[in-house]
Amino acid sequence: MSAHGERTFGDVVLRVDDVSLSFGGVQALANISFEVRDGQVLAIIGPNGAGKSSMLNVINGFYHPQQGTITYKGETRRQMKPHHAARQGVARTFQNIALFKGMSTLDNIMTGRNTKMHKNLFWQALHMGPARKEELEHREFVENIIDFLEIEHIRKTPVGRLPYGLQKRVELGRALAAEPELLLLDEPMAGMNLEEKEDMSRYVLDVNDEFGTTIVLIEHDMGVVMDISDHVVVLDYGRKLADGSPDEVRTNQLVIDAYLGVAHD
Amino acid sequence: MLYREAGQFKTSYAKDQAIFPILQDRVMMVLMLVVAFVGVPMLASEYWLSTIMLPFLVFSLAALGLNLLTGYAGQLSLGTGGFMATGAFAAYKLAVAFPEMNIVIVFLLSGVITAAVGVLFGLPSLRIKGFYLAVATLASQFFLIWMFNKFPWFTNYSSSGVISAPPRAVFGDFFVTGSSASPANKYLFTLVIVCVLALAAKNIVRSHVGRSWMAIRDMDIAAEIIGIKPLQTKLGAFAVSSFYCGISGALWAFIYTSSVEALAFDITRSFQILFMIIIGGLGSILGSFMGAAFIVLLPIFLSNAPTMFGLNISVDLISHMEFMIFGALIIFFLIVEPHGLARLWQIGKEKLRLWPFPY
Amino acid sequence: MEFLTAIFVSPFIEIYEYPLFFIEVVLGGLLAGVMYSLVALGFVLIFKASGVFNFAQGAMVLFAALTLVGLIEHGFPIWLALISTIIVMIALAMAIEKVVLRKLVNQEPIILFMATIGLSYFLDGFGQTLWGSDVKVLDLGIPNAPIEFLGILVNQFDLVAAASAGTLVAVLAIFFQKTRIGRALRAVADDHQAALSVGIPLKTIWAIVWAVAGLVGLVAGIMWGTKLGVQFTLTLVALKALPVLILGGFTSIPGAIIGGLIIGMGEKVAEVFWGAAFGGAIEDWFAYMLALAFLLFRPQGLFGEKIIERV
Repeated sequence: MSAHGERTFGDVVLRVDDVSLSFGGVQALANISFEVRDGQVLAIIGPNGAGKSSMLNVINGFYHPQQGTITYKGETRRQMKPHHAARQGVARTFQNIALFKGMSTLDNIMTGRNTKMHKNLFWQALHMGPARKEELEHREFVENIIDFLEIEHIRKTPVGRLPYGLQKRVELGRALAAEPELLLLDEPMAGMNLEEKEDMSRYVLDVNDEFGTTIVLIEHDMGVVMDISDHVVVLDYGRKLADGSPDEVRTNQLVIDAYLGVAHD
Repeated sequence: MLYREAGQFKTSYAKDQAIFPILQDRVMMVLMLVVAFVGVPMLASEYWLSTIMLPFLVFSLAALGLNLLTGYAGQLSLGTGGFMATGAFAAYKLAVAFPEMNIVIVFLLSGVITAAVGVLFGLPSLRIKGFYLAVATLASQFFLIWMFNKFPWFTNYSSSGVISAPPRAVFGDFFVTGSSASPANKYLFTLVIVCVLALAAKNIVRSHVGRSWMAIRDMDIAAEIIGIKPLQTKLGAFAVSSFYCGISGALWAFIYTSSVEALAFDITRSFQILFMIIIGGLGSILGSFMGAAFIVLLPIFLSNAPTMFGLNISVDLISHMEFMIFGALIIFFLIVEPHGLARLWQIGKEKLRLWPFPY
Repeated sequence: MEFLTAIFVSPFIEIYEYPLFFIEVVLGGLLAGVMYSLVALGFVLIFKASGVFNFAQGAMVLFAALTLVGLIEHGFPIWLALISTIIVMIALAMAIEKVVLRKLVNQEPIILFMATIGLSYFLDGFGQTLWGSDVKVLDLGIPNAPIEFLGILVNQFDLVAAASAGTLVAVLAIFFQKTRIGRALRAVADDHQAALSVGIPLKTIWAIVWAVAGLVGLVAGIMWGTKLGVQFTLTLVALKALPVLILGGFTSIPGAIIGGLIIGMGEKVAEVFWGAAFGGAIEDWFAYMLALAFLLFRPQGLFGEKIIERV
């Protein structure tokens, strides 16, 4: 059972099909397949080193799998450039925060709108006419995100000076600024206290509800996973152990073994 | 108490995005411009104009160019001298080939040509980073200088390898280039160009283009993942930076020295400009100017200091001592404030905002 | 057409017609390359152990050579001058660690790089303030006449240089592999944090590594100084070592050696056989272009490891 109660979802937006990825001799992912439906919140769980982050990296084109395909919005591919994925509506956050340390909160979130800003250098240099208008429009959009995430007070603060929890929030803001159709969140609540986790859960659910954004997230806190996800994929040592609703996964013997640490043969 | 922003409320995003959102800063800027445009030409001697103010402005422009590339886009370059030379020789060929062309157009075109050359030599930045890239940019430095030295076509077959700027006027008989133009004309013309280009640079770095440069600088992988194209962004930075350096080189050849040879833009020039942005402040427009002022004034001070203190030291020794003091000062500055004069200025302003109640 | 012939046809005909001359050029280039390797070696040592791109390596070469020649001119016997110079270089390394590096711990690499440029200015000025700036002759009695070997002319001095470089590398290898300090150095090169956590004193290590780099600089200074005379232009030799570094990788000692050989040989062959087609003096930039072209295919250098990026 999920927090949303019984929900229905649209078509499959993302299909991962038989993906394998290795670095040198290390097999990071082995024959992984699963589907994400439009509007779903899907959690990928598993012990450390299970290949969760690698999975996200494959989905947004940062790693290129040796085998298998990704089908996103009807387009099947094995390799793509990350910036191409971004332009197709895939946005993400990172396990170890990847903000632009030298820039303010506002500027960081504004970079999320970069793919939507096109006025050429000449107008930019003059800071007049269409460039100015464009800048102000996008600023307004970004200010709405800042309101939504309740980070107005740190708008002009360089992100390097912010505490961890706030940095995570700014990073979410940057991803949201791209108006993603598919949002990938890599441990959005790692290292947070209970209150911060609750806040973050609320933002994730709000994004999903209000904008209908499809979300794939990685999370270790089982309470959070069970609360907010509609579907769970379990990875272990690069293999898929289980794939189902939170309740199905919770009672799956393989998953229980993996988490309780039954010896691998 | 005077430097306060209390009571100044911004009622629109447009006002919040102004370059100087605080009233006192705006007043200060206007005052500085008045001094630069009216005070300096009236008060400064010709000697001061042509040996301090002109090199300061020309260097500032080059520092600005390098700062866009290194300070904002994070691509370390040691090829500034080569790009300045490109600008100088492009302007010379253009001015001689098209005597009717307005000198402003000549300078702009030489900037564009340098931008193209910059993009060419910026291509390796797609594969390599950091110090590897810095060394790779040395290739452009050595190659370009060799080329201008080696092929007499660039100097119109002058036997000495020196190019002399032809006299050109911006309008009427307001001559700005060549050895006969008055220092005041030269100064004003250069000042206008530098001010316009500095404003343009400021506008670019606060636009989405500037943000994409800084994103690449701060974390290139994350930048690519949020949709910034590394190729376009880095080459864009190389192009804009080289445009500035090219114009700076053209101003150097046409206005500051009036005649120049390729060796004036050798590797030491590149280092000199790099010093300016480090001492002034990486990623700061104001810092580019501060760094240029520092590097222009320091040798003048050092070579005059012994006489000021009544010491009698041989010229040779003075030049060696200059090297030593220069090196030591750079290390000292890096230890005291690695983020440069611009950061010191900023800290000073923050202190001033709280003064006289620091708590 | 003429130009294309000069590039694609004539040089090869020349090589074919005078194979011995070609071999001589290659050999001369390789031996000159050894000299580049010597300078590059100093860079690599410091970069490996402290992550500092030490631009002052060239200045250290000059400073060492100047000190040695200066002491000899003041009537020191050669052995005493050598020992004194070694002591000076060690003292210099300790001073650099104390005054510069220690104060800049944890700064960004570019800041440290800038500091070493400042250091190189300082050393250039300091050395010349102490010893004057005239070109000095350094004569340690190394023979400099060409000898014939299997019909090929080889410069004796180059052979001595190659032998000294070989010895130096061997000594360094033993030092790194067999001594306690050597092992500590390798540990630091692998992982600063881990080395610190097992109790290796980073500051001492840095001083040692700078001292070693200073001694390598002294050897390079003796070689280059004998060849070119001890003068300011020696610092420019350092610039020639940079393409060697990108070719060989910043962290690889074999890379520095092989990179130096490739650059030395490529440069000589290009100058002799192709130089005329480009109007001569292509030595100025050829090494950089060669390294650059190479980088485009192998960004991590000849011996660097492929980097897997993570997020």
